[in-house]
Amino acid sequence: MEYRIGLAQCAPRLGEVGANLELAWGWLRRAAGEGAQLTVFPELALTGYLLADLVPDVAMRADDERLAALSREVPGMLVAIGFVEETDAHRFCNSAALLRDGQLIGLHRKVYLPTYGMFDEGRFTRPGDQIRTHAVGEPVGRIGLSICEDFWHASLPMLQAHDGAGLLVNLAAGPARAPGSSAGLAAIAGWHKMQDTYALLGTVAIAFCNRVGNEEGLTFWGGSRLLAADGSTIAQAPLYEEALLVGALETGDLRMQRYSLPLLADERLELVRREMDRILAERAGLPVPADEGEA
Amino acid sequence: MSERAAPLPEIDAEQVIGIIVAFIRAQLEQTGFSRLVVGLSGGVDSATVAYLAARAAGPDNLLAVLMPYRTSSPDSETDAHRVVAALGCRSERIDITPMVEPMLALITGEETLALQVRRGNVMARQRMIVLYDRSAAFDALVAGTGNKTEALLGYGTLYGDMASAFAPIGDLYKSQLRAVAGALGVPQEILVKPPSADLWPGQTDEGELGATYDDLDRVLFALVDRRWTTERCAAAGLDPALVAWVAQRVARNEFKRQLPPVAKLSLRTPGIDHLYPRRRPGSQRGS
Repeated sequence: MEYRIGLAQCAPRLGEVGANLELAWGWLRRAAGEGAQLTVFPELALTGYLLADLVPDVAMRADDERLAALSREVPGMLVAIGFVEETDAHRFCNSAALLRDGQLIGLHRKVYLPTYGMFDEGRFTRPGDQIRTHAVGEPVGRIGLSICEDFWHASLPMLQAHDGAGLLVNLAAGPARAPGSSAGLAAIAGWHKMQDTYALLGTVAIAFCNRVGNEEGLTFWGGSRLLAADGSTIAQAPLYEEALLVGALETGDLRMQRYSLPLLADERLELVRREMDRILAERAGLPVPADEGEA
Repeated sequence: MSERAAPLPEIDAEQVIGIIVAFIRAQLEQTGFSRLVVGLSGGVDSATVAYLAARAAGPDNLLAVLMPYRTSSPDSETDAHRVVAALGCRSERIDITPMVEPMLALITGEETLALQVRRGNVMARQRMIVLYDRSAAFDALVAGTGNKTEALLGYGTLYGDMASAFAPIGDLYKSQLRAVAGALGVPQEILVKPPSADLWPGQTDEGELGATYDDLDRVLFALVDRRWTTERCAAAGLDPALVAWVAQRVARNEFKRQLPPVAKLSLRTPGIDHLYPRRRPGSQRGS
């Protein structure tokens, strides 16, 4: 069955929640016009990225009426959008909401906040503590949400694939570095290699929505992509320019792909857990759990 | 010097041009300005910025200011006029000689390099005064013309040529800048001539720095971008004496690349724990 996904490769305005909500409505109406059943926005699409001490000024609760109202604009459509979340305990997180018909279907709080090199996220926001998937109904089944840097940790998409996700959705705000260079993690090529690999190894489709525009000295590179569960590219947006990319995922292909390449089914999760327990114990200087492995 | 082991930093000129033009437009949009001022010396750096500025804002919105001193090379001015003619932008010529002579008359003593540098600083700071005045008169932002090589080496005058509203080519090494200038169509005469601050007759950057820009950029790229140790640089065939000199110069000039430190007293101090993006709701002119 064909499942149409829209990627709203937009340029949010820094610190202007009201203006960004207006912009989001526009993108959603366009996506609805192109038959999108799911529309994905970038990381922090409602607030902009380089917020620093603006974080408390732009934060909203996950059940904020403005989020609900946004999704009610497009009946039946799933909307994934990034914002600054303030929890009941006044914890400020870089979060992604998954909404439909005004209901919050899923919520992901960015687990890995890059605080190195050019990044300073951990100074202003707190990390999430859950890696989950969210039931959205047929034909996709479950969706795994992640935010930008989360994808640089292979455990996260792989856990979501094992947790039943048929589609991984990554909301990003990736700034360009060393343009034209093929070397290093900074390069756009690195992002693409990583996505191709996750789709292939997780036999899972991927929707990656990266923002564009400029904040301070940063230029966000866009290049949003939709990948099939065999790692092939369904659609790809241009670099640096605003674009609504709508592509169709053939969900019926997943069954035979996972029969042909049963990587998820063959994964020895018990073995992985045992070795993880051992590594954690050794790292903490604790007694290593009894070896129940091969005798 | 081994080119393969310690290469010059590569660059995709077309992609760089796209990024910088978008950056300049964003600076204008975020501040509420539509015009730019560039101090045009006739050298490749300011010519490149003028080309980028004209592309971002349109030639009618660009004011190129030529600010010769009486000893400035006539060739520099000829080259600056080439840029103005090619871009079709606005231009003004303001001779700084009568402005700086009274100050220069105070700088006396035995003729040393230090004396030359002091005179050069006076000229650079006078040009800054002119540029900022013209920017106010023209209702424009001052586009900086400093590049990464000189920022790292501290080869610039604090509050002089280093002063600007934003730095469009501040992350481009000199060797990369030439490629970008070429792709922009900067006149050949400007691309091939030896870079010079033109602060005294016969001065060239490479003569003053004691190494070619290509050699300096190889070392800087290794030390800064690749975080190589001096030993790793030597193993890659870079001249250890040059590496040591560059490393020291980068360290000594750290102060030029940062705002002055503030003595921390209060609970919240600008620059330390009062941290905001430069542009935010309410910061735009007229908002």
